[in-house]
Amino acid sequence: MVIVGAGPAGISAACVLAKKGVKTVVLERGEYPGSKNISGGVLYGHDLAQILPDFGAQNCPIERNIVESRLWFLSKDGGYSLSYRDKIFTQERKHNVFTVGRAKFDRWFAEQAKRLGALVVGGTVVTDLLRDEQNRIVGVQTDREDGDLRAKLVLLADGINSPLASKTGFRPEPEPHQVALAVKEVIELSEGQIQERFNVEPGSGVTIEIIGEVTKGMNGVSVIYTNRKSLSLCIGANLSDLAKHKVKPYEMMEDFKEHPMVASLIQGGKPTEYMAHWLSEGGYEAIPQLCGDGYIIAGDSGMLFNALHREGSNLAMTSGRFAAEAMLEALEKGDFSRSSLQGYISRLQNSYIFKDLKKYRRFGHFLETHSELFTSLPEWASQAAREILTVNGVPKKEKQKILWNQLRAKIPLMRLLRIFWNGWKSVR
Amino acid sequence: MRMKIEDKLFLDRFRVDEDSHLRIIDGAICREKCPDQPCLYFCPANVYRLEKDRIIVAYEGCLECGSCRIGCPHLNIEWRFPKGGYGISHKFG
Repeated sequence: MVIVGAGPAGISAACVLAKKGVKTVVLERGEYPGSKNISGGVLYGHDLAQILPDFGAQNCPIERNIVESRLWFLSKDGGYSLSYRDKIFTQERKHNVFTVGRAKFDRWFAEQAKRLGALVVGGTVVTDLLRDEQNRIVGVQTDREDGDLRAKLVLLADGINSPLASKTGFRPEPEPHQVALAVKEVIELSEGQIQERFNVEPGSGVTIEIIGEVTKGMNGVSVIYTNRKSLSLCIGANLSDLAKHKVKPYEMMEDFKEHPMVASLIQGGKPTEYMAHWLSEGGYEAIPQLCGDGYIIAGDSGMLFNALHREGSNLAMTSGRFAAEAMLEALEKGDFSRSSLQGYISRLQNSYIFKDLKKYRRFGHFLETHSELFTSLPEWASQAAREILTVNGVPKKEKQKILWNQLRAKIPLMRLLRIFWNGWKSVR
Repeated sequence: MRMKIEDKLFLDRFRVDEDSHLRIIDGAICREKCPDQPCLYFCPANVYRLEKDRIIVAYEGCLECGSCRIGCPHLNIEWRFPKGGYGISHKFG
């Protein structure tokens, strides 16, 4: 078996296959696994434990165990914060969510696959797929000398940005409106500073998911995650919005860092890395055909991403595991055709992966078509809080009337109702 | 103190190949048919820069996101991954 890409999907599959003694080669274009990989930085213990039940005991490079999740709705100068913290996440549900640096985590994860018997080869770009006369995939071509590698099955786990896909047509290129382009900065602070600023114990951490005016009226999102000795700051917007608004992502990041609710968290911190990556925004409709004669697609490469719940790495791990299970079935049958791999699709359908992506299939379109969420609504919501909280002798009823009229002037009543109704419909 | 894009890219570790993995297929299309030239804005590494009337490609700092490949309104950018082991190497990720 050949696996393209040593990320969560590819390595998960490699672990499952290697455990069963199947000869498995993982090809990674970076100089080592993880060197090209990036995400906001949260992983999910449940999906990882399905592959490596004892990951906690194997020196898994966990940054911080997440005990509190915050949601921020930001205007230009302020914003709302909603947070939830629970002791259960430090005890019996520890490692439900935790942060990682993907360069370290993926490298460690690949080591586990190697320990189980998989061969992981870095520094190798897969440049094409090999086909037989019937157009079945029978291997890969790489940029190494004599670099053709034949295989019974090829698992394409090469991530969302796949020039291989556009070249071979195994899945269509995403349209600009189907991806968000996010940039990430890692900002170093001391462990003590992070614990103080986020009010957490050593080893515990916080995630903050943010929407509002920080994405300058564009359909986008930003996050702040706590690592052991750094913060991950990400901000991104729909690629077609970025092109239309002529916004430079790195300048949007700098503005984000200057927001008063962000600036105090990163104050005195030292930026140590800057990266960029796509997120799939297409949802369920953008999922391509996920298997064919001789190949399976898993993870981000198959656009398996839940934008609402910022879940991706777990979908990658579990789809990689499902892919490997279907590959084992095909191996047993000695049949590597598309129909023989249908166990992959049925596993996805019966799991949270397709069920969640189906549930939220309208959510991406909702954000795309209700730009008020990123413009007038956060602006007005902040104005409302600001006025109500300002003690200045004006009766509350008068304040409410003014605020209500301001809102109506910005967003007609019917439109307002539609935003809430459509929003509810897109996530219910 | 706002960071410039040059300062941000300076933080990253790159192993630069002699050959560019990015290429504008036909410069005339950029000059004559692309008044907006969105690549000058959305590229997160400021790879595409206008010099006089010509767009130059500073591939050395490419973050390998792929946006220019699909975001170019004329699909006028040839894009491949850097050779195995080349390009950006994340330290933290």
